[in-house]
Amino acid sequence: MTSDQFFNITTIAYFGAMILFISHIATRSKQVGLVATLVAFVGFVLHTVALALRWIESYQVLGEHGRAPLTNLYESVVFFAWTILLIYLLIDLKYKQRAVGAFVIPFAFISMIWAQWRLDSGIDPLVPALQSNWLTYHVITCFLGYAAFAVACGVSIMYLIKVGKEDKNNASDSPAGGMLAVLPSARVLDDINYKAIMIGFPLLSLGIITGAAWANYAWGTYWSWDPKETWSLIVWFIYAAFLHARFTRGWVGKKAAWLSIIGFAATVFCYLGVNLVLSGLHSYGG
Amino acid sequence: MSVSGEANLTAQKRDFTTALWDFFCSLKLTIALLIVLAVTSIIGTVIQQNQSQEQYLQTYSETTYRVLDAMQFFDMYHSWWFMALLGLFSLNLITCSIKRFPRVWKAVREPVLVPSDTLYRTFANFEEHVVALPQEQVRDRLAEFLRRNFAAPTVTPEGDRIHFFAQKAPYARFGVYVTHLSILIIFLGAIVGILGGYKGWVNILEGGGTIDKVMPRSGREPIPLGFTVRCESFSLSYYEGTNRPREYRSVLTVIDNGQEVVKNRPVIVNDPLTYKGITFYQSSYQPAGEGVFQFMVKDRQTGETLPVSARFEQRMALPGGGSFRVFNAREDPQFGILAQLEITTAAGERKFAQVAKGAPELDALRGGEQIFTLLDFKQRYFTGLQVAKDPGVWIVWVGCTLLVVGSMVAFFLSHRRIWVTLQPVGGKTGIKIGGSAHRNQPAFEIFFDEFKKNLKSEISS
Repeated sequence: MTSDQFFNITTIAYFGAMILFISHIATRSKQVGLVATLVAFVGFVLHTVALALRWIESYQVLGEHGRAPLTNLYESVVFFAWTILLIYLLIDLKYKQRAVGAFVIPFAFISMIWAQWRLDSGIDPLVPALQSNWLTYHVITCFLGYAAFAVACGVSIMYLIKVGKEDKNNASDSPAGGMLAVLPSARVLDDINYKAIMIGFPLLSLGIITGAAWANYAWGTYWSWDPKETWSLIVWFIYAAFLHARFTRGWVGKKAAWLSIIGFAATVFCYLGVNLVLSGLHSYGG
Repeated sequence: MSVSGEANLTAQKRDFTTALWDFFCSLKLTIALLIVLAVTSIIGTVIQQNQSQEQYLQTYSETTYRVLDAMQFFDMYHSWWFMALLGLFSLNLITCSIKRFPRVWKAVREPVLVPSDTLYRTFANFEEHVVALPQEQVRDRLAEFLRRNFAAPTVTPEGDRIHFFAQKAPYARFGVYVTHLSILIIFLGAIVGILGGYKGWVNILEGGGTIDKVMPRSGREPIPLGFTVRCESFSLSYYEGTNRPREYRSVLTVIDNGQEVVKNRPVIVNDPLTYKGITFYQSSYQPAGEGVFQFMVKDRQTGETLPVSARFEQRMALPGGGSFRVFNAREDPQFGILAQLEITTAAGERKFAQVAKGAPELDALRGGEQIFTLLDFKQRYFTGLQVAKDPGVWIVWVGCTLLVVGSMVAFFLSHRRIWVTLQPVGGKTGIKIGGSAHRNQPAFEIFFDEFKKNLKSEISS
């Protein structure tokens, strides 16, 4: 089988997991939650196989110029989905809050379906600027960071739904019930949000630093205020603000959740918006 | 002015100074600055930076241009107001560290070895019980237990009581200060680079061209290098069968004091050459003058051959009358350089031929009076090199390393402390245990519960 076929099955698995996670919230059935997690895990394993296959295929297509599958928009989107699953499954292992899947897996599913339907999956050899080991370090650290922020964003959305509902219910003096009962408590969601950003922030810092080191090696400037660089710094500022907000009264809870969501929106813009809307050095589509 | 009035003024002054100090130390200022930096940074990604006035006037009206220019939006990352924001940010970092660091330093260097009952009462993790053993025996077992399960304790007797103090990862508290310091170090590195270095570029003609000065990116005066760089050759290659560039390669020689100190060093993208702190990066190329096509023209009847060199569009005479010129040429993925010729025969007839470097037999099939073979196409190039001297770059890397290490320590390690006090109660011993972690309380709670349980069973066994 080819990597393409594996990627397609992975996409279907993520779709299935997504539906199952939503059913888990709707039915409040623990078994459904467990099955959803298993399906997500199987998808992740297939995804890993697909990435490995694509790596091997690059050697079949390009001979000695084969390379890790991290070099163009298609490959980066597919890798992004993989990192989301990796971070999500690690957090699930620790917190076992199944409902979180319903808010995180969609990011991975949307990435996969977009890549499979819309993006060019051709395997091309690397242009001179990309022929560097820094490419691998830079891409891996950045995307692990992005993925942690995606998880934090999903959890923040849950937090706002949960708290919003509880605020309304408090007026009528009844605890949050119905579908939302399956959602973890606001305190747990807040904690996962913080933990995910704590994982993402040093990774983003590393991503920016490896990018700077690479730029210095290739062009002789570690920082040139290129739009991609600037946006990665904007993302860094937002999450730095989030981390400090934790210690300040009046900035916890809802405001922190909004900061996390805005942070991820900026992340997505840094990743895709800069290439699609703005122009600059970083025009390899990744 | 009355004496009390003066005192009042000084008090007011002190109030003002304190208020100002508190403002600079405050976390609210940090958050506000981070958000303002994030929002204002967007401007420079939307408005193209450092373009010429003409280019801006194509996008913006005269008035808009003046307003944006007055606000320094066209070079905003070096504008006074952005620098001021970064300065304020640094000040905030420094003052808040000065305010908080001494207390943390004291807590680590001079830990409380004799915990009071009041201190014990402040712990969320606390337990008290009595074991039916004499104090000396409990003391020895406890010291051993702490060493094995946590950290070697400091034992301090006080009257009939014995206090134990043990801690883990006290340096975890410094993580946040290392992170803050690292940002200042990065700024310092950037300033050193700006003051002591430069960025520039050179174009060197391949095949022996030399330079000993570089053009700085800002400023007009060329900067002398103190040595000479010679470009032996430049080449660009493509992936087989495609137009996708594979490599740009300059071969450079450095001559210092008449000596060839670096000889024939290939420089490609992502593999620069550094000599005496100055680094040369492969960055661009441009053709030097017109290229030359080298043909072999063979007379079909006599079999005589004649080499001819021609530039693009240059009409060349052929033996026995007639002429030809190259009117089209391109790089073909399969055949290499491919040229189209327009031939005027001695009789004045116009004919066309196609020749390619990778297909020498091509023109023989045409059946003309002459057979053209394209031997080569020689194009000389200037290689374009970025030149950078940055004495601050290693400082930046030190800062970056500290940033990552510091934030990891700050996020993932916690300073954990355990106090135990033994007090004789009749022939038995009363044990008081308290513990705290400077962060990640839930994890410490789990650890502490397990710790207490094991301690109880081991001491009394």
